[in-house]
Formats: sequence, structure tokens, C-alpha cells
Amino acid sequence: MNYIQFFEMRPEVCLLGIYLIIFMYDLIATGSSRRVFHPLVCILTAALVVLTLGDRSHFTLFGGMYESNAIIVFMKSLLSFGALLVIMQSHKWISNSDSYHKQGEFYVLLLSTLVGMFFMISARHFLLLFIGIELASLPLACLVAFDKYRHNSAEAGVKYILSSMFASAIMLYGISFLYGTTGTLYFEDMAARMTGLPIQIFALVMFFAGMGFKISLVPFHFWTADSYQGAPTSVTAYLSVISKGAAVFTLFTVLTRVFAPMTEHWNLIICLTVVASITAANLMAIKQQDLKRFMAFSSISQAGYLMLAVIGGKATGMTSLVYYLIVYMVANMAVFAIIESVEWQIGAPAKRANFNGFYKSNPKLTFIMTLALFSLAGIPPFAGFFSKFFVFMNAFSAGAWIVVFIALLNTVISLYYYLLIVKAMYMKESAQPLERIKSDPYTRISLTICTVGIVLLGVCSFIYSGIDSIAFGL
Amino acid sequence: MNIPAEYLLILSAVLFFIGVFGFFTRRNLVSLLISTEMMLNAVDINFAVFNAYCHPGHLEGYIFSLFGIGVAAAETAVAIAIIINVYRNFHSIHIKRLKNLKY
Repeated sequence: MNYIQFFEMRPEVCLLGIYLIIFMYDLIATGSSRRVFHPLVCILTAALVVLTLGDRSHFTLFGGMYESNAIIVFMKSLLSFGALLVIMQSHKWISNSDSYHKQGEFYVLLLSTLVGMFFMISARHFLLLFIGIELASLPLACLVAFDKYRHNSAEAGVKYILSSMFASAIMLYGISFLYGTTGTLYFEDMAARMTGLPIQIFALVMFFAGMGFKISLVPFHFWTADSYQGAPTSVTAYLSVISKGAAVFTLFTVLTRVFAPMTEHWNLIICLTVVASITAANLMAIKQQDLKRFMAFSSISQAGYLMLAVIGGKATGMTSLVYYLIVYMVANMAVFAIIESVEWQIGAPAKRANFNGFYKSNPKLTFIMTLALFSLAGIPPFAGFFSKFFVFMNAFSAGAWIVVFIALLNTVISLYYYLLIVKAMYMKESAQPLERIKSDPYTRISLTICTVGIVLLGVCSFIYSGIDSIAFGL
Repeated sequence: MNIPAEYLLILSAVLFFIGVFGFFTRRNLVSLLISTEMMLNAVDINFAVFNAYCHPGHLEGYIFSLFGIGVAAAETAVAIAIIINVYRNFHSIHIKRLKNLKY
């Protein structure tokens, strides 16, 4: 056993180092030194984003269980960047009197889910994949139930943990049949011995169902709205972008690596779930009044668009997937930061009616919210349009033009419900408009980053071509 | 090795689908937890059976079973902690009481 291999997993080792520093600081620091805890964590996570980007070569470790290449490293850096945005936005919530003493726990749990996601996307063996998925979802359940004294948070937590256990049991049952028919758990060997037996198709469906729970595609989405609404807002932001993004990327790798001989079967499954997710979620989103619940349905439909990139499993699909994820991340984080600010201002869950006349008191926040919603809906000058375009292009070139047509129709519906909020902000009058919101510096920085991202990502074509040069597929 | 592999696989399939049935019909959070545990245990049986009967000679299936047991224990610990928290908040662990968030 060559122990030096552990240090070649650079992103994971860096993350574990940072994790330990934060853990020890939480134990040791007392009194006034705790005040620098939040900036310290922000700086360390920002350092992680840079440190993971370092090694871009392709290599495998532990007899092929662990793989790293340029796009995986990029993806890890992207996930850490998302975690950084979440941590920055959580400042107000984590430093209030209810959760101040649990500050360290929040960072440690968040970073341990990040370790799980790193292993998920690097895994080339089902055992490592399973451990990664569990490491990513167990601490997330604790985070969802983090506000111990809030009824909604406890309820959301129990719904999340039970559905996630159910999902992983289903997924493992599928994996057990794969093991039974091929006799190996390595992705490469398994693909070579895959014969397309009915039991393997059954295993594919079970595996897809298990991952569908994590991605919250429609037949498996029942936990999503409840957990998103009940969880603390920062955690909802984390769930909706980062956890989902890692799961979609993992599903893409497993489908292309393991189930490559069964492409037509999984293409069909994806087409059906995409149509169901986009349509059902859009119809449900229209009537939601609670903003977090609304964003939950919006994120289910966005997951449907993300899955369009998986159809066909080509390298262009992976490029459009990662690109969509970056764009979705900045736009969604901006929306959640604003929802969180509004929630702190009114001291209750934000409803759509709270945004009536928002423009009068908070023109800047209204502007950012409008940009983010336009980007989510896919209106041309912003990045959201281009990401949707690439995703559609991939699905179209894979021959799923009916799905693309239905998705295009649904874009119009989604435009309607995103514009409802914009309309509330600019046009509606309110009897008691919100006061001017004074956001903390962390939220301001993260909102600035998000706004710059929304505007620039659509303009800078080198990002897309850069991802394109490192992507892999079937 | 007197028991044919089919019997064991049928046992695990029955156990799994009892778990699925229980998950959808029971109305108590701890019962739901027990149902999911049954599903996870069915998976462990499956892995052990496949390793013993179909692919003897190496240990991947057994190792997976061991990890499955460990992870299931961790999941149960977290789930129980959250259920206790639900009990503190709602004074009941019946699903009917969890109706703050719904469609």
C-alpha cells in the first residue's frame, strides 16, 4: 500500500485540512477571537477554490477507484465556489443569537458535505460512489434541521432524511444486481461486462430513481418543496444548486461510464423524466405564494433543463451541463441572497406579496433580482439564455427534438411566473412597503460577484470554449 | 451451501418490498425508519449472496455489505436525532402532525 497516494488527491486533502483548521478553531477560540471566525472561514474557502484548480492532469489512484482530470478539478472548484457564496450569504443568519453558538457546526457540516461531493464526482468504483453520496446527504439532513427550535425546520429535516434513506436503499438495490450480473464494482470493468440483460435494465432504472431523488426530478420530487421551504434559507440555496449540480454530474459520469452499452434505454428514461419535471414543476410553481417554495419548484424545472444536457452523453453535453451549472449557480444564489435579506427584514418567511413596491425602497436589490430572474428564465442578453441554448442544442443533436419542443414551450410558462415577481416589484403598489434593507458586507460582496457573473458569463465565450476543451463523454 | 441462491434472493426481494410497502403505508416516523432499514438490510443480503454464489474468490460484495451496515447505522443515528427533535417540537411523531409544510 502506497500511502503517498493520499496526498495526490489534492482537492480532498486541501478541503480536509481546512475542515480540521475550522474544527480546531471552533474548539479553541473563545470570546472576542470568535468574531473573526466568519471572515476566516470565508478566506479559507476562497483559498480552497484556488487550491483545487491547481493540478489539471489526468490520473487514477487506488487501482482505478479514484479518477481526476481537468473537468473534474474544474467541477470541484466550482462546487467550492458555490459553497463560498453560501457561507458568505449565511452571515446574518449564523451570527444571530439563536445559532451563534452553533456557528462552527454549520461550517463543519457544510464542508463535510463538500468532501462527499468531491468523492462522488471522482469515484470510479461503486463503493466510493456510495460513500460519497452518503457523506454528501447525511450532513445535509443535519443542516436542513439546523434551526432546532423552528417547527418547519424539524419537519423539513425529517422529510429529507427519510426520503434520502429511501432513495439510497433503492439505488443500492440496483447496484447489487449490477454486481450480481457482472461480478465487479469498478466502472470500467462493469461496462465491459454489461450485456443488456433485463435485470441490468431493472438495475439501471433503480439507480436512476435513486439519483433522481437527489436531483429531485419529477416522479421523485415529493420531498423537495417541503424540505426547501422548511430549511434555513442558506441551506436551501446550497441544496438547490450545489448538491443538485454534483448529483447531475455524477449521474452523467455513471451513465456514460457504466451504462454506455444501454444508451437508448437511459435516453428514453431521461426524456420522460425531463418532460415530466419541467411541465409539472412549472405548473405547480405558478400558484406558489411562499418564495422559497416557489424557488423549490423553479429548481425542479431547472433540474429538468440540466438533465437535457445528459441526453446522448456526448462531450458537448458535459460542456453544456457544466456551463448551465455555473450560470444557474450565480443566478440562483443572487435570488436566495435577496430572499434571505427580505426575510430578515420582515422576520417571517417571504411571500410574493412582500415584494410589492420593492422598487421604491430598494432599487439596487430590485435590479439584481430582476437580472437574476431574467437569467433564470433565459432572456437573451443574460447568461441564462446562452446556457439554455447550449442545453437545447445538445438535446436536439441527440435527436430528442420532441423533448426540446416541450421544453421550449415550458420556457414561456417559466417566463410567466418569474415575471410575476418582477411585476410585483416594479408595478404593484403596497400599503406597507418594505423599508430600505441594509445588507451586511458579506451579502453585498456575494451579490456583486453574482451580478458580475450573470452579466459577464453570457458575453465571455472563452468560458464555454474553455470547458469544451476539457470535457469528456461517450 | 445447501440453500439454493434463488431462495436467498427471494428472501431479500420480499424484505425489500415489505420495506417499500411499509414506507408508503405506515404513519409513524419510527416505523418509516424501520422500513427503510429493512430495505437497506435486503441490499446487504443481496450483496452477500451474489458474492458467495456467483462470484466466489474475491470479497467485493462482502465488503460492500459491511460498508452498507456501517452507513445504515450512521443514517439511523441522524434520523433518530432528527425524529427526537420533531418530537420536542410537535409532541408527537405521527405523520398527521407534520402538516406545516404541504401543497
